[in-house]
Amino acid sequence: MTFETSEPAAPAADQPVVPVAPPPSPSVPATGAAVGRPPTSEVPLVEVEGLVKYYPIMGGFLRRHVGDVKAVDGVSFWVNRGEVLGLVGESGCGKSTLGKTLIQLTPPTAGLAKLDGEPIFGKKGKDLKKLRRRMQIIFQDPVGSLNPRMPISDIIGEGLLAQADAENRWGDRKVRDKRVGDYLDAVGLRRDYTRRYPHEFSGGQRQRIGIARALALSPDFLICDEPVSALDVSIQSQILNLLLDLRREFDLTYLFIAHNLSVVQYISDRVGVMYLGKLVELAEVEELYRRPRHPYSVALLSAVPDANPRVRKKRLVLTGDVPSPAAPPSGCHFHTRCWLYEQLGQPEVCTTADPEFRDIGDGHLVACHWAEKVPTAVVASAVPTAEVTTDTVAMPAAGIPAAPPIDAGPPTEEATASGT
Amino acid sequence: MTGSILPVDDDVATRSAGRPLLEVRDLRTYFHVMDGVVRAVDGISFSIMAGETLGIVGESGCGKSVTSLSIMRLLDMPPAEIPSGEILFEGRDLLTMPDEEMRKVRGNDIAMIFQEPMTSLNPVFTVGDQIAEAVILHQGLSKKAAWDKAIESLKAVGINNPERRVKQYPHELSGGMRQRVMIAMALSCDPKLLIADEPTTALDVTIQAQILELIRTVQDRTGAALMLITHDLGVVAETVKDVVVMYAGRIVEEGSVEEVLLAPKHPYTEGLLGSIPSRGKRGERLNVIRGTVPNPFNMPPGCNFAPRCPYAFEPCTQADPRIGDANPPDVACWLYTATATSPTPPRVRPRLDLVEALG
Repeated sequence: MTFETSEPAAPAADQPVVPVAPPPSPSVPATGAAVGRPPTSEVPLVEVEGLVKYYPIMGGFLRRHVGDVKAVDGVSFWVNRGEVLGLVGESGCGKSTLGKTLIQLTPPTAGLAKLDGEPIFGKKGKDLKKLRRRMQIIFQDPVGSLNPRMPISDIIGEGLLAQADAENRWGDRKVRDKRVGDYLDAVGLRRDYTRRYPHEFSGGQRQRIGIARALALSPDFLICDEPVSALDVSIQSQILNLLLDLRREFDLTYLFIAHNLSVVQYISDRVGVMYLGKLVELAEVEELYRRPRHPYSVALLSAVPDANPRVRKKRLVLTGDVPSPAAPPSGCHFHTRCWLYEQLGQPEVCTTADPEFRDIGDGHLVACHWAEKVPTAVVASAVPTAEVTTDTVAMPAAGIPAAPPIDAGPPTEEATASGT
Repeated sequence: MTGSILPVDDDVATRSAGRPLLEVRDLRTYFHVMDGVVRAVDGISFSIMAGETLGIVGESGCGKSVTSLSIMRLLDMPPAEIPSGEILFEGRDLLTMPDEEMRKVRGNDIAMIFQEPMTSLNPVFTVGDQIAEAVILHQGLSKKAAWDKAIESLKAVGINNPERRVKQYPHELSGGMRQRVMIAMALSCDPKLLIADEPTTALDVTIQAQILELIRTVQDRTGAALMLITHDLGVVAETVKDVVVMYAGRIVEEGSVEEVLLAPKHPYTEGLLGSIPSRGKRGERLNVIRGTVPNPFNMPPGCNFAPRCPYAFEPCTQADPRIGDANPPDVACWLYTATATSPTPPRVRPRLDLVEALG
């Protein structure tokens, strides 16, 4: 069998049609506004609803469509103006695909996304070009993302040239070069580097060039896809400082995708955790790191090694590997590795029903049937930064019984009911 | 080196406690390339006692991997050259050992786990073949016995269904699984020293937690000494007892993990710790080490770190501080040394007990 993924350019007979077809996954909520968004008058800069990206698997006789790699499987969130939304998850969880789909480097399978209330998907020609000016991306690999045969002035100026019009006069070499120089300045490089080639720069400097390229078009929204993971710690901190400075200077909004939980904690205002193509938890950064409510987030936080040798964590070591996104487990995708599932005596609901991404209070969204049953003591010992006192465990709205703090027994009927 | 808090003379301490398993003395590894000579490792000394754990930390290009490759004699010479130094393993110098004998040590007494489990496994042989090869070679087992040994060692590293896995090829395994196979292979000959070069860098955090746990348990069980090379201070803090910090081919600081990470002495260690984003630093600017690592063809005079050091003063640009020169013998920095121009050292050595008492 040939295993191959490709873009669904010519939709196969059973292939959902781009763009806003009804989502093929039953798990996608069909509600109006993004889930759990507090009803405020201010429209968020970016709204994403039920975003789905499947890569078809072609195989067998006549290369038929035999399945899908469900890279992003029904993700909804929003990004407020001026905030940094962090997105964490292990490799293969779909966080980079999400970023690439959002910026239209690859078409979505289904779903809606809006920038400033205006739909992002399904645009063509001039409209798409206009949109591109407002959204830019910084890539992980500072070597692979810069064309080695172009001088810096052309790398940064390419986008300007593409977006040139009578008003901005970026078609004029002098105007363009001046702008390139300005943005080199802004990212802390010397203006006179413009005629140099990428290989003449160090990794950190190349990442600065990538940032300058993204900024040169004055976007509102910047997707940072693992911008510091290829860099050494001392260089990483320089880039993080730079990104925070630029946010202030240019009023930017970031979607910050990374696998390093400490980096995300440092830079983000709110953080989303992804697992196998789905968002499993989304909350304010402090809330998430102190009171994680999804068993996967708890395990993820407990796995981060602390540079303080006196901090001793009680690891929740997840067994096994992440299942294949081509054949995710039934029900809750995480149940095959879930420690809470084992602790609760393998409740059936986890294997049959996909948990709803629900608000458990104060905009803390969790996709777990048993989020209220996550034992406080386990969280406290696995994540030493978590608050230990029991009274801080925010119990959600009325009607849901408070979970016993330690080792909840087998699930009761009412807990099952409240969890769904 | 020992895990003592007190600044004791390393040599005296190790001699009194018996001979170390591995002792590296003034090792220099240079590379002769078109543009000149790169001094990748420039006079480092350290030692590991049997059953102990030592971490080597530093950023890319600091020479930490070249150190391990020098110990294993896996460098191509030329372009590499080891102009001076001794690597004593159980008292025998690995550098002057004939190739034949070295082959008996490599993979048998000293085993290595590499960073990239995909490229360090041979894609055209099954996992079982690769483990068995080492066992047949070093322990003279029959093919059948070696195959059983392969299954046994896969089981020992927590691989389910080893009878099936042993017949699989590396591409059929996930990254974490491949790293387990690497560890199984390294352990199959019961080495006395295990060198792990960035064993978890290519892995996700949850898999990293599994692998570190595994390395800790097998190290405990087999009593092998562990030399862990990493750039991640968190991994060091969790896995080893003693640590050596390298910068631009030299050791700048050494000590127990607690001493080095909680009461850092060298400005570089201090900067490295300060630049880790972590809780409590939200909203503040991160403490950065300004500039970049110096050009290896054009090292600054005096202390390598001086151009990036916020505390650099006159002696730093004139003479090169080495471990052992300075007053506390575990840090290579003029800040702690009395010199002709500054009779009292500019800095008082931080003490772990005081740092902890103050919180």
